[in-house]
Amino acid sequence: MILVIVEHEAGVPDRLSSEVLTLGRSLGEAIGHPLHAVAWGDAGAGLAGEGLAVAIGSSGVAVLHAIEEPRLTDYAPEAIGAALAQLIERDRPDAVIAGGAERGVEVLAHAAARLSLPLAANVTDVRPGEPWQITRQRWGGSLLEDARLDGPIRLLTVAAHAIEPIAAATTATQVERRPFVPVLTDRDLRVRIASRVPAEAGKISLAEARVVVGGGRGVGSADGFAQLDELAALLGGAVGVSRVVTSAGWRPHAQQVGQTGTRIAPDLYIACGISGAIQHMVGARSAKAILAINTDRDAPMVTRATYAVIGDLHVVLPAIIAVIRTER
Amino acid sequence: MFAAGASNEAGVSVNVLVCVKRVPATAGKITLTADEQAIDTRYLGFTISPHEECAVEEAVRIVEAHGGSTTVITLGPEEATDQLREAMAVGIDRAILLATDGGEWNVMSTASAIVEAIRAREATDGPFDLILLGNEAADTGDYQVGIRVAAALDRPIVTGAKGLEVRDDTVTARREAPEGGWEVYQIPRPAVVTVREGINLPRYPSVPGRLRARKKEIERIELARDAASEPARIRLRVPVERESAVEILGEGPEAAPRVVEILRRLGLIA
Ligand SMILES: Cc1cc2nc3c(=O)[nH]c(=O)nc-3n(C[C@H](O)[C@H](O)[C@H](O)COP(=O)(O)OP(=O)(O)OC[C@H]3O[C@@H](n4cnc5c(N)ncnc54)[C@H](O)[C@@H]3O)c2cc1C
Ligand SMILES: Nc1ncnc2c1ncn2[C@@H]1O[C@H](COP(=O)(O)O)[C@@H](O)[C@H]1O
Repeated sequence: MILVIVEHEAGVPDRLSSEVLTLGRSLGEAIGHPLHAVAWGDAGAGLAGEGLAVAIGSSGVAVLHAIEEPRLTDYAPEAIGAALAQLIERDRPDAVIAGGAERGVEVLAHAAARLSLPLAANVTDVRPGEPWQITRQRWGGSLLEDARLDGPIRLLTVAAHAIEPIAAATTATQVERRPFVPVLTDRDLRVRIASRVPAEAGKISLAEARVVVGGGRGVGSADGFAQLDELAALLGGAVGVSRVVTSAGWRPHAQQVGQTGTRIAPDLYIACGISGAIQHMVGARSAKAILAINTDRDAPMVTRATYAVIGDLHVVLPAIIAVIRTER
Repeated sequence: MFAAGASNEAGVSVNVLVCVKRVPATAGKITLTADEQAIDTRYLGFTISPHEECAVEEAVRIVEAHGGSTTVITLGPEEATDQLREAMAVGIDRAILLATDGGEWNVMSTASAIVEAIRAREATDGPFDLILLGNEAADTGDYQVGIRVAAALDRPIVTGAKGLEVRDDTVTARREAPEGGWEVYQIPRPAVVTVREGINLPRYPSVPGRLRARKKEIERIELARDAASEPARIRLRVPVERESAVEILGEGPEAAPRVVEILRRLGLIA
């Protein structure tokens, strides 16, 4: 059996879970074993009802294991990891797959630690065989590694956007919903969310912005960002920066694009005075187009861009802003 | 709550351990060794992950606020003493090198070796109230050493923290929620926390700090490699870049009209 961990909002799987389901289905078909899913969430969150079971009905899932524990009313990583470990130990799946986002890897790592099993993170491809082989991301995705995935039960998380989610060709099938009641101690439940702070309303999130105006060392100072702010405001976009900028304290880390910052996916990334180091580029890889503004024609950002303007950003940006304003 | 940096109550002395990993400081393009087992580091410097730099800074701030002591540990080759000294240069008190023969260790064996060293140290010096790690290592990015260490020591763990507060017998950590905003966790001490860049702005080492660090002693524990510590690697590959023939729109301000034309074509301005 292939077991996939499905994360969902009120019974609707998130995009990454659809990718995980797609991989789980193809793996199950490859080795001729059924596909099962497991999920947590309280009664109101679409799990106790048939919501999620229906939503994944076209994904080839035969059985949905619904973790049921009255004390598990909110996200509690250790407890969910413990529950997963118990389910895995009981059913001994060929593989367990979670989404490679914060929660997926967290709960599966807890299960892996309890079961003393290896866990492969950010996998982009799985090849069952003797032994199973995987390809996974290293260096935030700037390198790939082919590796063995040993052990009777293979645990892995899937890198986001590595697999194109496809709904099954056939029509929806009935998913059998089975409650799974874990045995949890108070200790398992000691890590839980004590409170929440809501997101600031009305701000364009960097990860979701349609256009990102990026600034790097070439901007020169905190004050130098005024022109970038102005262009971003004109285009209804967000400002993103390189690590040099956050390390200098010119801008907050929340605006950093890259391996240890935010991954962006805009229609256009206007990268000003950024050289294009690999750790920066992995954060901008999903940009549909890049416009580089740089004094150095040979900067990696320029050679990898769709469009480029060669020149001083403090001269080029005011000119662009002026043209936009006069043409309005 | 959660002012910039460690906003901690005074009066709770804290012992903090930070785990860091030496990695090559790659920049423009990664070149692999001929056997495709590693990055060719002949022309590269070395560093630690930005997350770990922030963990080091956080440890120093916590002890500056409360008193206590800080220790940094790494599992790596002899040369990883450079990274330990860099941590001591910004204020870490003590350092432990789990010395390998230079060969890479897999993530489970790394976690076990760190746990063993922690147990040994705690047996003589008392428990670490807080163990800090990076959320993920810069190179392998396995996202799990912290959780494996916490599980082996049976301590609570919060991962991905971008805010941290130490109290008498609890640690409060916050991290970004998947839906935006923050999740706040409160866990009992002793605890383990993995840190993300952005939790603080690390200081630069001072010249006297560097000089002091150079003279400090580093505790060495010799590790022996065996079959169980081998990585599962077959080979590394550089992913194929999509070839984009860049279109140079022009030089200097004269290019502005063409830029605006493209903005319009992409539907970004009316
Ligand atoms: C493990 C690890 C993780 C990292 N994570 C990140 C990350 O998440 N995000 C990130 O950004 N970096 C990250 N880095 C750092 C990264 O390696 C680079 O150091 C950084 O991205 C460089 O920033 P930069 O391009 O602004 O500066 P530089 O590399 O110094 O580039 C400046 C550019 O500006 C151009 N320029 C200068 N003046 C002007 C001008 N007047 N007009 C136009 N152009 C001009 C120059 O030609 C040059 O191309 C990480 C590094 C490591 C080791
Ligand atoms: N060799 C090592 N020595 C010391 N700490 C390590 C080592 N490898 C990983 N860590 C710590 O564990 C964190 C997570 O690593 P990983 O699980 O490999 O992504 C890192 O950010 C470090 O803090």
